[in-house]
Amino acid sequence: MSADGVNKERRRFLIATTSAMGAMGAGFAAVPFIKSWFPSARAQAVGAPVEVNVSKIEPGQIVKVQWRGQTIGVLARTDEMLQDLTQVEPELRDPGSDDAEQPDYIDSEGRALRPEFLVVNMHCTHLGCIPQLIPQVGPQPFDENWKGGFYCPCHKSKFDLAGRVYKGVPAPENLKIPPYSFLDDDTLVIGVNPGGMV
Amino acid sequence: MSEQSGAVTKTANGLLQWVDKRLPVLDFWNAHLAKYYAPKNFNFWYYMGGFALLVLVIQILSGIFLTMHYKPSAAEAFASVEYIMRDVEWGWLIRYMHSTGASFFFIVVYLHMFRSLLYGSHRKPRELLWVFGMLIYLLLMAEAFFGYVLPWGQMSYWGAQVIINLFGAIPMIGEPLTEWIRGDFFISDATINRFFALHVIALPIALLGLVVLHLSALHQTGSNNPDGIEIKENKDEDGIPKDGIPFHPYYTVKDIFGASMFLLVFAFVIFFWPEAGGLFLEHDNFVAADPLVTPEHIKPVWYFTPFYAILKAVPDKLMGVILMGVSVGVLFLLPWLDRSPVKSIRYKGAWYKILVFSFAIAFIRLGMLGMAEGTPAQTIEMRVWTFVYFSFFILLFFLSKGGKTKPVPDRVTH
Repeated sequence: MSADGVNKERRRFLIATTSAMGAMGAGFAAVPFIKSWFPSARAQAVGAPVEVNVSKIEPGQIVKVQWRGQTIGVLARTDEMLQDLTQVEPELRDPGSDDAEQPDYIDSEGRALRPEFLVVNMHCTHLGCIPQLIPQVGPQPFDENWKGGFYCPCHKSKFDLAGRVYKGVPAPENLKIPPYSFLDDDTLVIGVNPGGMV
Repeated sequence: MSEQSGAVTKTANGLLQWVDKRLPVLDFWNAHLAKYYAPKNFNFWYYMGGFALLVLVIQILSGIFLTMHYKPSAAEAFASVEYIMRDVEWGWLIRYMHSTGASFFFIVVYLHMFRSLLYGSHRKPRELLWVFGMLIYLLLMAEAFFGYVLPWGQMSYWGAQVIINLFGAIPMIGEPLTEWIRGDFFISDATINRFFALHVIALPIALLGLVVLHLSALHQTGSNNPDGIEIKENKDEDGIPKDGIPFHPYYTVKDIFGASMFLLVFAFVIFFWPEAGGLFLEHDNFVAADPLVTPEHIKPVWYFTPFYAILKAVPDKLMGVILMGVSVGVLFLLPWLDRSPVKSIRYKGAWYKILVFSFAIAFIRLGMLGMAEGTPAQTIEMRVWTFVYFSFFILLFFLSKGGKTKPVPDRVTH
């Protein structure tokens, strides 16, 4: 190597290693900024279980409560409603709720611990809107053979009275069932599994 | 008297000389205005770029003053906007400037983009110019979305819910990604706070940077024109394009006239029709955000509805999101999809006219259907127009190479 010559190989090596180190440094420096966007400790702490007195819900009526920022519906189902559940099954995408997000202890047929109370996360599995409860059986603008259920105004997804999704609508899955249990005959607790905390 | 004015001119000149030695003001003035030669056959469509710049200035100015009264928190946002509208002196005017400006921004940008389709302004050598423009358009959509969330009305809230959950469709990382965007398990104070930061500082800086790149790329290649002829290929002995005229004073004067007309319409809307019947400001957004009740009919603002219709047309969540993404993304490829030897629609055959106008109609119809309630018949129509929308790009690619053209003149026509 001559005294005034340039060792290009060494220069390239130095540029490459310096750039790599710099890029790594920039990557590490980005971590705190990216992580700062995740739910904060305060947001995570707000998630206490919610109690609902189910004895005050009239049959056919729905009560909505907030749990962890999600709207949870408690629907008191009448006997007719429960009977209709099996009728609509051929039109459902996942009647057995095999792909649905729900606790193991939820019965696959009525999707509830006690069939008369459907406890369901009301957010549409499509894009998170709140479907409306349209319990009456009969023709609707969106469905001529409506058997009663939930209808999402955002993108017309339909669910039956167990929160199971119909075929041919944008929502991919059945409505979610949150963890819940009954403290006694009248008191429902959302966010607590039977026999303990989540 | 004349001696005095002579002295003033001399002092002014001296000052200019002093500054120019230290800052290249004259170079800049000449390179981009006085000796920047633009084709002499510009027509109405060539107002749009200048209008977009004007709206950007309006948005930044009105936005700065809105931040002085607005409170970016879930508890206070809605009330603070009402406060601006009712109690802040002239607050209603500033707010309506900003909200009307948002819609006008998209009107002029859509016309600006359509102009490219007509005259081939995105074609070689202006591909990068188009890509920067598309990036501006993407950022503008993000900026508009964040801005729409800030008043914290029902549409703000539920619109944000829908848009953020679009990311939830991504397999594996979808759910944590939506939490990361929201900063909470639902749309909350954390969400509005960060959207405010993005809306008022991060995106505007990025937008301004891209505008500089867009204009630099434009001034490197020079403007296209309705004939799609490169005026730089025909220069006189001084090296000035024969079909070019200095941007200043010719086009600065034209643009000042255009801007006056634009502001006339803009002011009319602000004063007499700021909600535009629910198009610019949706009725549901005058109700404070309520996480327990979704509005009966939820839809984005008009400038997003063409893409929203494509999302709604697909009966599958992930596929719908992908198709919607592709419908915007494919626009980036336009400079390479059109392989015709001719740029301007004036010298292309009927095939191109049919393609462009069916594409434009599909875009407008999708926009209208995206706002509609969504009957089964409308869903079928949305699918038809979605098909037309995407066919445009495929047909363009195959038809443009051998498609009929007319001879292009050497010099621009006017």
